[in-house]
Amino acid sequence: MIPVIIGVSAVVFFLIRSIPGDPALILLGEHSSEEAVAKIREQLGLDKPKIVQFFYFLLNIAKGDFGRSFTTNELVVTEIAKHFPATIELTICSMIFGSIVGLVLGVTAATYRNSIIDYLTTVVSVTGVSMPIFWLGLMAIILFSIKLPLFPISGRLDPTITFRGRTGLIILDSLLQGNLTVFKDAIHHIFLPALCLGTIPLASIARMTRSSMLDVLNQDFIRTAKAKGLPSRKVIYTHALRNALIPVVTVMGLQFGSLLGGAVLTETIFAWPGIGRLSVEAIDARNYPVIQGCIIFFAFIFVIINLLVDILYAFIDPRIRYE
Amino acid sequence: MRRLFKVFRNKAALAGLLTILFFIFIAVFAEFIAPYSPYEQNLADRLQPPSKSHFLGTDDLGRDILSRIIYGARISLAIGLISVALALGIGVSAGLVSAYYGGIVDTLLMRLFDVMLAFPTILLAMAIMAVLGPDLENAMIAVGIVNIPTFARIVRASALIVKEQEYVMAAQALGQSNSKIIFRHILPNIVGPITVQVTLSYGGSILNAAGLGFLGMGAQPPTPEWGAMLSQARSFIISAPWTVTFPGIAIFLSVLGFNILGDGLRDFLDPRLR
Repeated sequence: MIPVIIGVSAVVFFLIRSIPGDPALILLGEHSSEEAVAKIREQLGLDKPKIVQFFYFLLNIAKGDFGRSFTTNELVVTEIAKHFPATIELTICSMIFGSIVGLVLGVTAATYRNSIIDYLTTVVSVTGVSMPIFWLGLMAIILFSIKLPLFPISGRLDPTITFRGRTGLIILDSLLQGNLTVFKDAIHHIFLPALCLGTIPLASIARMTRSSMLDVLNQDFIRTAKAKGLPSRKVIYTHALRNALIPVVTVMGLQFGSLLGGAVLTETIFAWPGIGRLSVEAIDARNYPVIQGCIIFFAFIFVIINLLVDILYAFIDPRIRYE
Repeated sequence: MRRLFKVFRNKAALAGLLTILFFIFIAVFAEFIAPYSPYEQNLADRLQPPSKSHFLGTDDLGRDILSRIIYGARISLAIGLISVALALGIGVSAGLVSAYYGGIVDTLLMRLFDVMLAFPTILLAMAIMAVLGPDLENAMIAVGIVNIPTFARIVRASALIVKEQEYVMAAQALGQSNSKIIFRHILPNIVGPITVQVTLSYGGSILNAAGLGFLGMGAQPPTPEWGAMLSQARSFIISAPWTVTFPGIAIFLSVLGFNILGDGLRDFLDPRLR
């Protein structure tokens, strides 16, 4: 995991340093004096050789210091911390939606193979993978916010509501505080973005669950369970699904990465104040410290999730042991 | 080859192929099919809903949306072709070298690809675009680069199996050169998984490039690229919803075509995955 993080940091460092334009000039403006530019270059360490800069860059990352935003002058870590709860709330809700619907569709499709629900699952999974998420978001806005004004177009909460929570996850905070008005409003706001973003994991999970369940349902122990006279619900959900879960969990982990990528587009469409939108705005404004902070943070989260998936394997399948 | 045609007994794969052929047809004959020029502005006819004169309506500059979608097929197919060719060239070579030589070369290449795979695709493409600058050609390169690790991994995995086959050992025993063994004996035997990946990546590349276009980082106006068309039409989502509806359908159908053809090929080549 650590070599990947160092590698990610190296890629981001050299990529961002290749962007045309002098960061000192961007920071100070085109018409600043040479002395001022030289001073800023020295302050930012830009006058040192690239490899020395990279060493300091790694050291600063280890300390959680990504520098300051060019536009707000706030610490990049503070900016990320401010935007992260919105992204994580959105991705978790999307993942919950995609996983539940995907698992149910996949299990039902495998149980009733070649039935209408099986064909429907195949259509849903192929459609979901091919759907441009930004277009789906726009269509959802046209249909459910403009034609049928059921859901708000943008934001996390109604602008008239002021709410402060401890974690920044509005749904969780409002539940902890027992504030049902805020809870309902937060759910109302997150519904459309989560539904759109959730189609990414839904399609892959439904498909993987179906094929994994089909494999397991042909095994001898399922025949034995059926022969023992166990109710089919128990055979499917206790015996088959648990054994079919390993590849599904792998897909769920991989999908989390796609979700983070999808969040960039979904957050842009629904004006969701998360890291995805922050990174798009940073690229537009050539705000280098924020760009590199966001990219490394996304990659870091992705690597952590993959590690968690590996650990989760051992819980799902006790035969897997890590030395 | 005759065996490969059997794949089209699968109705979904055939539908995918026909969809792709349809898009290739409109891309090649765009000049003859499109009723208007994709760049022709007519401010008197701006934001017209679908009608007999403008089958899919007009955009904010009075340009015919159908014509822009037809010409856009050219751009999207070119994006897929160039980015997949780039990923194919580099990814296949890296995967073959990695599998055949192993050792430090394998470790270094695979760690590099691990790092690349740790980035969400669109974010890595966005970062590359920040370096290269927003432009259609650069979008093709960025999307191509993000596809390289997938090709390299698939090729490596398949080549590792083929490498252990007796005919490869026989070729080595006969003293054939490494490049001859790689390109004459290993590569032809892993064409199946590569073909599947080409088809799936083609759709994925169209989708990613459209995403970049939508974020304003890909094709720039007035290029009739589907993602950029959606981006420009966003401001008129309330007053002229057709401007965002049809370019999106075009992206969806073209990607769907490649994906179901890819799925059909995969089912055909590896029936266990069905």
